[in-house]
Amino acid sequence: MSSSWEVVIGLEVHAQLATRSKIFSGASTAYGAEPNTQACLVDLGYPGVLPVLNEEVVRMATKFGLAVNATIARRSVFARKNYFYPDLPKGYQISQYELPIVEHGELFIIDADGNDKRIGITRAHLEEDAGKSIHEGLAKSSGIDLNRAGTPLLEIVSEPDLRSAKEAVAYMRKIHALVRYLGISDGNMQEGSFRCDANVSVRPRGQEELGTRSELKNLNSFRFVEKAINFEIERQIELIEDGGEVVQETRLYDSDKDETRSMRSKEEANDYRYFPDPDLLPVEIDAAFVDAVRETLPELPDAKQQRFIKEYGLRVDDADILTNSRALADYFEAVVAATQGKTQGVANFVIGDLLGALNRDGFDIEQSPVTASDLAGLLDRIKDNTISGKIAKEVFDAMWAGEGTADDIIEARGLRQITDSSAIESVIDQVIAANPGQVAEYKAGKDKLIGFFVGQVMKETGGKANPGQVNKILKEKLS
Amino acid sequence: MSQDLHAQTLTQLAVGLERGDFSSVELTEALLDRVAAHDQSLNAFVTVTADAARAAAKRADAARAAGDIGVLNGLPLVHKDIFCTKSVLTTCGSRMLENFVSPYDATVVERLANAGAVVLGKTNMDEFAMGSSNETSYFGPVRNPWNPDCSPGGSSGGSAAAVAARLAPAATGTDTGGSIRQPAALTGTVGLKPTYGRVSRYGMIAFASSLDQAGVITRSSEDAALLLGVMAGFDERDSTSIDHPVPDYTAALSGSLKGLRVGVVRQHFDEGLDEQCAAAVRESLAVLESQGAILTDVDLPNLDLSVPTYYVVAPAECSSNLSRFDGVRYGHRAKDPDDLFDLYCRSRGEGFGAEVKRRIMTGTYVLSAGYYDAYYLKAQQVRQLIAEDFRTAFADVDVIAGPTSPTPAFKLGDKIDDPITMYLNDIYTIGANLAGLPGMSTPCGFVDGLPVGLHLVGPHWGEETILRCAHHYEQLSNWHQACPEDYE
Repeated sequence: MSSSWEVVIGLEVHAQLATRSKIFSGASTAYGAEPNTQACLVDLGYPGVLPVLNEEVVRMATKFGLAVNATIARRSVFARKNYFYPDLPKGYQISQYELPIVEHGELFIIDADGNDKRIGITRAHLEEDAGKSIHEGLAKSSGIDLNRAGTPLLEIVSEPDLRSAKEAVAYMRKIHALVRYLGISDGNMQEGSFRCDANVSVRPRGQEELGTRSELKNLNSFRFVEKAINFEIERQIELIEDGGEVVQETRLYDSDKDETRSMRSKEEANDYRYFPDPDLLPVEIDAAFVDAVRETLPELPDAKQQRFIKEYGLRVDDADILTNSRALADYFEAVVAATQGKTQGVANFVIGDLLGALNRDGFDIEQSPVTASDLAGLLDRIKDNTISGKIAKEVFDAMWAGEGTADDIIEARGLRQITDSSAIESVIDQVIAANPGQVAEYKAGKDKLIGFFVGQVMKETGGKANPGQVNKILKEKLS
Repeated sequence: MSQDLHAQTLTQLAVGLERGDFSSVELTEALLDRVAAHDQSLNAFVTVTADAARAAAKRADAARAAGDIGVLNGLPLVHKDIFCTKSVLTTCGSRMLENFVSPYDATVVERLANAGAVVLGKTNMDEFAMGSSNETSYFGPVRNPWNPDCSPGGSSGGSAAAVAARLAPAATGTDTGGSIRQPAALTGTVGLKPTYGRVSRYGMIAFASSLDQAGVITRSSEDAALLLGVMAGFDERDSTSIDHPVPDYTAALSGSLKGLRVGVVRQHFDEGLDEQCAAAVRESLAVLESQGAILTDVDLPNLDLSVPTYYVVAPAECSSNLSRFDGVRYGHRAKDPDDLFDLYCRSRGEGFGAEVKRRIMTGTYVLSAGYYDAYYLKAQQVRQLIAEDFRTAFADVDVIAGPTSPTPAFKLGDKIDDPITMYLNDIYTIGANLAGLPGMSTPCGFVDGLPVGLHLVGPHWGEETILRCAHHYEQLSNWHQACPEDYE
C-alpha cells in the first residue's frame, strides 16, 4: 500500500442484545427456530398492532454507555426509518435517529506502535432488526422468515478515528469483548448477533478533508472485516491513482471472491423519511436509573487487565489474553485462588494447555471438561513435587478425557515423581557407568552433555524422577 | 311492544333487560330485522354478524339468568370496521382489506365484549378513515337517514347512520380530525371523542397515530358515558394509552351547570359557518346560559392553521402507517407480479382508493429529505402553538362550545372532487385532535330538516365536564330524540 495515502475508517457495529423477548413484542428471540414460528402479530406488522418497548433494552444500552464513558441521554426518541422490503413487515424500521440513547463515548485500542489509541464512539442507538429473505430452494419466488424481525440491536457508531484494517479489527474485538463482559450480547458472529458495517475512505496524507467513502455492509467476522477493508483500501487507492474518482456507495463484501462490489450508489439510496414514531413515547431516563445500572457494571476488561498485571504480576500479553473474556478471567482467578502454585505458572498452563485444548476441540471456556478446581488440583501436584511439569501435561490430557482428578490419574497411572535421592542416585550411577565416553567428553568441558544425562535418567525412570534433583545429583557426581 | 325496542336508548334498554321486559335475544332479533329492512338503502354496514350476534345474545341471557353479568350485558351495538375483530371481516372500508380477517380482537372490541355487549355488525366508513363524507369507502357511500341524497359525514358515517336510523342503539367510532363528531352532527346523534390516550388504540387500524382516538356514537350523552366507562382505561399493549383513573362517567352527568364557564370562540362564528347553523348554535348557548353557565369569549388565534397543520401531520403518519399494506403478508395482492416492485406497485395501486393515495403521496412528500423541516417539523411546531392556545383558553373556561361542522349534511357528490372544501368540514373539530383534547357533538337543532351539532371541547381528562354539559342541554332541548321520519 502506498504510504502517501491515509486510510480513514469508521465502524457501525450491530450487537444483538441478549434479551429473552423482542424489543417491541413478547415473542422469543431464541435462534434457530423454524421459520416464522417466533414472530407474533406485532413482529408480522399486522393491522392495528402497536409496539411496546422492552425495558430491558434500555438498561442494556445504558450499561454499554456507562462502560464506554458516554453520555446517557435523559430523553431519547424512537423514529421510523421508512423503506419497502419484504423482510420489513411494517414498511419501516423502528430505530433511533436524532436523539439516540448513548452519545459521546470512547474506548482505547493498542495501535501498531503499541501505544494506547482513543477511538471516539459517536453514538449507540437502539433499533429493531428486520427479518430474513430466503432465496435458496425456492423456484421463481422468495421466502421470508420473520423470526429475526424485532430482535433488539444496539448499533454502535464509531468516529472515523480508525486508520487501518488492523485498528478496525482491534476496535471491533474490543467492543465484542465489552458487550460480552457486560452480558448484554452473546456476540455470536455465526448467528449474526454481532456484525458490522465499515465506512472506508482514503485521502492524501496531510490532507484534512475526508475522501469520499464507501460503506461495506454486513461484515460478520473479524477476518472478513480485515480482508474487506484492505481490499477496499487498495481498490480506492488504485482507482484514484489511475485518475478515477471514488463514488459514495454501499458495497457488499464477497468472502468467496475476497472482493467488494457495488450494491447501490448514493443516487439510488433510499430517502428514509425518518420521523418520530408516534406509537412510542420518548424514553425518559433519570439519574437514579443510571446510578442503579452503574451499580450492576462488572469490572471492565481494561481495568481487569491492569489489575491482573498488578495483582498477579502477569506479563501484559498474558493479562490481555486472560481478560479477553469474563469467563476466562473468572476461570483463571478461580484456579489462582484454589492452588498453591505460582500465578505465572497458572497463566502459562491456562493459556498454553487449557486454551490449546479448548481451541482444538472447539469449546468455550464454560464447556471446559476440566474445571478450575480440577486444574488447581493438578497445579498443586506440580508445586508439591508429586509430578513434574512435563508429566502434568499427560495428566491434564487424561483429565480432559474424563479419567478423573489429577490425583486419581497420578495414582492410577503410577506417575508419582521419584524424589527419593538414593533411588535417583542409583539410576544416575547406572547411567554414568553405561556411558563412559560421554562422561569423558563432559569432563573435558562439553557442558551441554548434561542434557543427555538428564534425558537418560528420565528415560530410565519413565519421566518420573524429579528434574531438579536429577540435575543437582548429576552435577555432583560428574564434577 | 318489542316492535319499538329500536326507539329506546342504550340506557333505557339496559333497564328493560334488567327488569326482564324483554330478552337480549328478542332485542337482537328486532334490531337484526331492522338492519335487514333498512340497510339495503342506507349501506351503513359492511358486514352484518347476525349469527354471532344471536349467539352472543343467547349467552347474555344465560349469563343474566345466572346472575353473572357485565354492565352492557345483552346490549347490542355496532363497531366501525376499523376495529379488528377475530373471525369477522375487518375491511377498514378498503379494497386492500376486502377479505381480511384479523386474528385478534381490538382492545375496544374485547372490553365491550367482556362487558356483555352484543355486536350486530361492522359499519361502513371512509377508506382507512380518510374522508369526511363516507364517499371514499370501497363499499360505496353511506346515506344519511335524514335525507338519502345527503352524506352522513365521515369517516364514521356508517356508525352514525346506523345509530340515527335506529338500527343500533350505539356504535363505536374513531376520530382523527372529527370523524366521530362531524358525522354525529350531520346525523343528529351524540358523538364523543375522548382525550388522546383515554381509550386504547390497540387493534384499531392506524390512520394517524398521534391523532387517532376511539370513541362512541350514541343517541344520548348518558349512553356515551355508559360506553366510555367500559372502553376507557390503560392498556399495556398501547404505549400511548395513559394510566389515568377512569371516573364514573354516569355519575358525573348529574350536578348543575351553575357557574360552568363556557368559552365561545370568536373565530368559530366568522365566515365559513352557515348562518342558520350559527343561529342554532347560538340558541343552544343561550340555553346553557339559562342554566347558570357563564358564557365567555375566548380566542384561539391559530385556529385557521389547524386544517393545514392537520393535512401535513396526518398524511405524514398515514404514509408510514399504511406501508405495511404491501401485498406480502395479508390484504390485496396483485395477480402474477413480474417482480417485487411490480407486486408493490400494483397491490397498492389496486388496493387503495384515490383519497388514500392522495394522502400517502402528500405524507411521503412532507417527510422527504429537503421538505421535512419546511412541512413536517413546521407543522409540529404549529401544533404546539395550537395546543398552547387551548391551554391558555382553558385557564379561563371549563368548556369550549361552538358549531361541530360549518354546514348541515351536504349532498353526496357535492364535495368529493374538491378535497380542500371537503377538508374544511373539519375546521372546528381538528383542533381537539391536534391538542389531544376530549370533544363531543350533541344535536342542537335543524336547518332545512337536517340536524346541526353543538360542539363541546374540554381540557385533558375533561370528559366528565363535557358529558355533564351535553347531558343537561339534552334534558332541556330534546333535539337528540328527534328521529328521521323513515326510521321511526
